[in-house]
Amino acid sequence: MSDFLMFSLVPMTVAIVICMSCALLGNFLVLRRQSLIGDAISHVALPGIVASFLLTGTLASSAMMLGAGVSALFTVAMIELIRRLGRVENSAAMGVVFTSLFALGVLMLEWNEVGTVHLDVEHALYGNLESLIWFEGTSLAALVDPRALSDLPPQLARVAWMGALVVAFVVAFRRSLVLASFDADFAASVGARPTLVGLLLVVMVAVAAIAAFEAVGAIIVIAMFICPAAAARLMTDRLASQVALSQLIAVASAVLGYVLAGYGPGWMGLGVSLSAAGMIATLSGGFLLLACLFGPHRHRREALST
Amino acid sequence: MEAWWRALIFDAGYNTSLVTLGAMLLGGGAGMIGSFVLLRKRSLVSDAISHATLPGLALAFILMALVFGDGRWMPGLLVGAGLSAAVGLWAVQAISHRTRLGEDAAIGAVLSTFFGLGVVLLTVIQSMAVSGQAGLTGYLVGSTAGMLAAEAQLIALCSLLLAAGIFVMRRDFLMVCFDPVFASTNGVRVQRVDMLLMLLLLAVVVIGLRITGLILIVALTIIPPVTGRFWTDRPLRVVALAALLGALAGYLGVTLSSVREGLPTGPLVVLACFVLFLVSFLLSPRRGILATLMAHQRFKRRVHLRQGLLAMARDEAIFDDLTMRVLRRQGFIRRDGVATPSGWAAARDAEHEERLWALYRQYYPEESAQLDHRGLLPIERVLSPDTIMVLENRLMMGRGAHP
Repeated sequence: MSDFLMFSLVPMTVAIVICMSCALLGNFLVLRRQSLIGDAISHVALPGIVASFLLTGTLASSAMMLGAGVSALFTVAMIELIRRLGRVENSAAMGVVFTSLFALGVLMLEWNEVGTVHLDVEHALYGNLESLIWFEGTSLAALVDPRALSDLPPQLARVAWMGALVVAFVVAFRRSLVLASFDADFAASVGARPTLVGLLLVVMVAVAAIAAFEAVGAIIVIAMFICPAAAARLMTDRLASQVALSQLIAVASAVLGYVLAGYGPGWMGLGVSLSAAGMIATLSGGFLLLACLFGPHRHRREALST
Repeated sequence: MEAWWRALIFDAGYNTSLVTLGAMLLGGGAGMIGSFVLLRKRSLVSDAISHATLPGLALAFILMALVFGDGRWMPGLLVGAGLSAAVGLWAVQAISHRTRLGEDAAIGAVLSTFFGLGVVLLTVIQSMAVSGQAGLTGYLVGSTAGMLAAEAQLIALCSLLLAAGIFVMRRDFLMVCFDPVFASTNGVRVQRVDMLLMLLLLAVVVIGLRITGLILIVALTIIPPVTGRFWTDRPLRVVALAALLGALAGYLGVTLSSVREGLPTGPLVVLACFVLFLVSFLLSPRRGILATLMAHQRFKRRVHLRQGLLAMARDEAIFDDLTMRVLRRQGFIRRDGVATPSGWAAARDAEHEERLWALYRQYYPEESAQLDHRGLLPIERVLSPDTIMVLENRLMMGRGAHP
């Protein structure tokens, strides 16, 4: 039990919170056919973080978050600029920007040998969920002991704030979000500000991606933005049930993925553990696969005849 | 600097030269195939393909390590990568065609799931006690350091074959990209050509893994075509330009990375692509930012000139600074704002033209709705002499009727 508290409770909670918040936003990304914005933004967190490290010389998380946030906004602005002024197709503009910025990030890393201070490409991609150890979590009593609680890894609090922010955003803007996602013109005509809502959604995606990035790496973020929401989309026609289902799938992926990665090899008699982030992403893809094969609403509807 | 120069003139050793040549061929092939994919608006499919190579790479490594004790044999790794990329490509097609999900969701889902699986397999490899594990990270962000001559030869040869294959198929690809229905009436098997296009894309991605790494190879298939598109509107020229730019980026990137130990090839190649893109984005005469801004300025000045002249003809005071400046520069008004004789003449011409336009709008409402003249070009550059004659006659008759 104390093992679980010390080694697994925090990473699992972090994974669950991140998966749920990313999946929540993912519902709207999938509906708006903007899934790949999440992909782009989680890639460019790397150059942002490296640049902020080179500028400030510290790995303080506030600086890193700021750097990643700036680079996310910069990316969105660049994509829009290239798309509008250069008349380049949307996905191609995205591809130009995020690959170049990611390349810049990798180059800055290798050039300055930042690799020695616990910041490398692998870490950026698949994170280090397993390192979130709660050293004071030796017994159940620690759960109510303020001294032990203050020793909780700081990522937990940060991720919790991010989750609260995401939920607050979706609750506050739910009407406009739904309207803007389904029918932007109608939304504009009833004053729901679809452009503003779209921009805010991108900002929230950036916030979620950055907070998650530090704890679990980019790959889980991309998977969670897309897979649970996409799977839920194939299960139901109602948005409310879709959101609920996506949350369920996110939690299931997080818990099962973490347990399988941490304890699965042990059950097979191997003394190793696998990447939890990778496993969670894989499982969410597995859920999507199931939905693609058996989801009751998997087929495209014929357009309604008018 | 000197080391770079030596690499640039192919004087930095047999392997570096071979890799440079391979990267150039690869960049050319990627640029060509990428142009067609861009026309098909499926640029980011290559992102899914490239990420989907990871589980295959890792599995191939594990298998070879178990059987031969060393998993680094590149052809084996590439076959594994190709197989899992093919599964990923098939999954993208199946999800976007057979379910209600869009292609963006399909790409993102395949990309993240396959990559996640690959990461899990990488941790399996880490726990195995086999040598050569470091060799795998080279496939993530690309590295040409320590590449064997045989590997470089293989890459160069495959790239050459790919480039040749794409060149042969270019007309069919083009037809399918622009008008699939027309292509099928011309006896082109659209599905088969589309499949071939995607398979060639897959082959380019797999061959490029070692040079740019799987995260960045997608850039080679997107950035050069987008860059080429800035310079020309003719599709086959876009393809040729993209091939050229891709080859140039490969050349610059690989030679730069040979300058210093440990410089990753992939990012340098991609950044070379990006610099070429940026230059085109700024300077291209058709779609570049500079050209667009200049055209906008020209347009603004024309509007102000026109409005200023009309105001002069109607004897109205002009308060706008820019209008005054434009008129002054043309010599239509003096410094103190008083009109010159040539100014009066120009103002009368402008007013006359405006009347002709008004008549034109009145008598030919449909034609004038299609014209995008906004009264800014001299009328004889837009309308035919006959039409102008008719309008002039009408104007005279109108004056006669209403003195």
